Amino acid sequence: MPGPELLSSQGLRLDGRRPDELRRIRCKLGVFTQPDGSAYLEQGNTKVLAAVYGPHQAAKSKLSTEGVVVNCQYSMATFSTSERKNRPRGDRKSQEMSLHLRQALSAAIKTELYPRSQIDIYVEVLQADGGAYCASVNAATLALIDAGVPLKAYACACTSSVAWRGNHPEALLDVGHVEEAAGGVCLTVAALPSVDSIALLEMSHRLHMDYFEVVMSRAMQGCKDIEIILDKAVREHLAEGWTKPDVITI
Amino acid sequence: MAGMLLSNAERFYIWDGVEENFRSDGRSNKDYRPMELETDVVSSASGSARLRLANTDVLVCVKTEIDTPKSDKPGLGSIEFFVDCSANATPEFEGRGGEQLANRISNLLQRAYHSSQAFNLKQLCIFEGKQCWKLYVDILILECGGNLCDAVSLAVKAALFNTRIPFVKAALMDGGNIDLQLSDDPFDSKRLEVGTAPLLVTLCRMDEENIVDPTAEEETCIAVSIVVGVSGNPALYTSSEDTTPSDHKCTTISMSGNGGILPDAMKIVIAEGITAAKCLDEALGRTLLQERNRTNLQKKDSYGFLK
Repeated sequence: MPGPELLSSQGLRLDGRRPDELRRIRCKLGVFTQPDGSAYLEQGNTKVLAAVYGPHQAAKSKLSTEGVVVNCQYSMATFSTSERKNRPRGDRKSQEMSLHLRQALSAAIKTELYPRSQIDIYVEVLQADGGAYCASVNAATLALIDAGVPLKAYACACTSSVAWRGNHPEALLDVGHVEEAAGGVCLTVAALPSVDSIALLEMSHRLHMDYFEVVMSRAMQGCKDIEIILDKAVREHLAEGWTKPDVITI
Repeated sequence: MAGMLLSNAERFYIWDGVEENFRSDGRSNKDYRPMELETDVVSSASGSARLRLANTDVLVCVKTEIDTPKSDKPGLGSIEFFVDCSANATPEFEGRGGEQLANRISNLLQRAYHSSQAFNLKQLCIFEGKQCWKLYVDILILECGGNLCDAVSLAVKAALFNTRIPFVKAALMDGGNIDLQLSDDPFDSKRLEVGTAPLLVTLCRMDEENIVDPTAEEETCIAVSIVVGVSGNPALYTSSEDTTPSDHKCTTISMSGNGGILPDAMKIVIAEGITAAKCLDEALGRTLLQERNRTNLQKKDSYGFLK
């Protein structure tokens, strides 16, 4: 079965990773002072900032007595891609991403605790190098934690793809831009790994159902790995405590 | 900044502090808050800088594109400013909410950079009448803690200082068309001459006093603020001795707010603006040269937002 050469004969990927390796994740909670919660997350060369405002009183048009309204905005900086974008938001892709973010994060937030309220989650992609949506979900989770919003579980997202080694399928974890552009399958999963539930699943291109299980389990494994990294970052941030000097305000 | 609600007592506290030349955060009326600047933070751009002025945070990236020059200015390239107010700064900027502020700042910059004594567009020319570089300066506002204009102009100058433009290896003439071959090596590139690039200084008039670098709280107590664009001194931005220093010239003046100001006071304000710009220009030039020398010696550790 011919496909783009995503795996070398040694079983290494284009950027030198093994099939089951994530890109390096570095993150920081509380980067800004004005939002209620904020976080910065780097996944390889994909860099994302997330800010959370709320819960606060909901706008009249959005108000719901059932639970909190989760309002998301995904926007990509004009310089984030190699080709300059004309508009940071408002295009179809950003709108779709905003909806997907909302779907994944609503699943994680204990929405029933805040009826008639609203939580605003704003995500800014500074550099996009594949998996911008996943980085956004991960960063938004951290920002929600920084804001002190009660969550059911960490929402983690990860992509996976498939490459061929001989006739044997090998699932690739955390797809980069080059691999994404090669035109293979791209399965995006947002999951709550600690309660083992899937919040959002999306797949592009075609994949034989026989191999779905392999790709899917690899993506789920990625989500679990990310959860460990995020959890570590949160614990470190909390251990630092409030001793760090903040910006002086009157 | 809108959305900031201050009581009368708080306003009086700020006003009285300004009168005593001792502001609520301990500064005098002519002091700036501490700034942090880092260049080369976004690898997908030709040049970038991030500036944090207390809690005002801006990220500026420069992207280059090849363009055909305008027929009336065949030997000049072009520079375009785009400001994006991220909703991260305040929920009011969601959707198209920040557009008004964004347009105000980008127009101000465009006007300040318009003069040939402020920014020499000739250096962007590749082939007269046929091809030139177009610089897109994209400004992302991530947090508003007052004094946006000053922060943006400093970050823009730093990002332009950091910008590398690839050399043209060969140009093939094919009929009327030109086919350019650009160098692939990222180090085979030229730097821009940005020494003269203008800085904006916001001065706020409070009763009889002028203050620089207002915080978000102070901005709500101001009747009128004047933004002065002042061109820089190229001798501060190069380590070689043979650059002729030039005077700081005023390239734009803009007023905002719903108050008025006496003509005599205006003269003082402009003179103070030029003095402040001179100090800022010196500090910026020193910092940028320092950082460049450090990166020449060894690979720089990038801090970005992780600090």
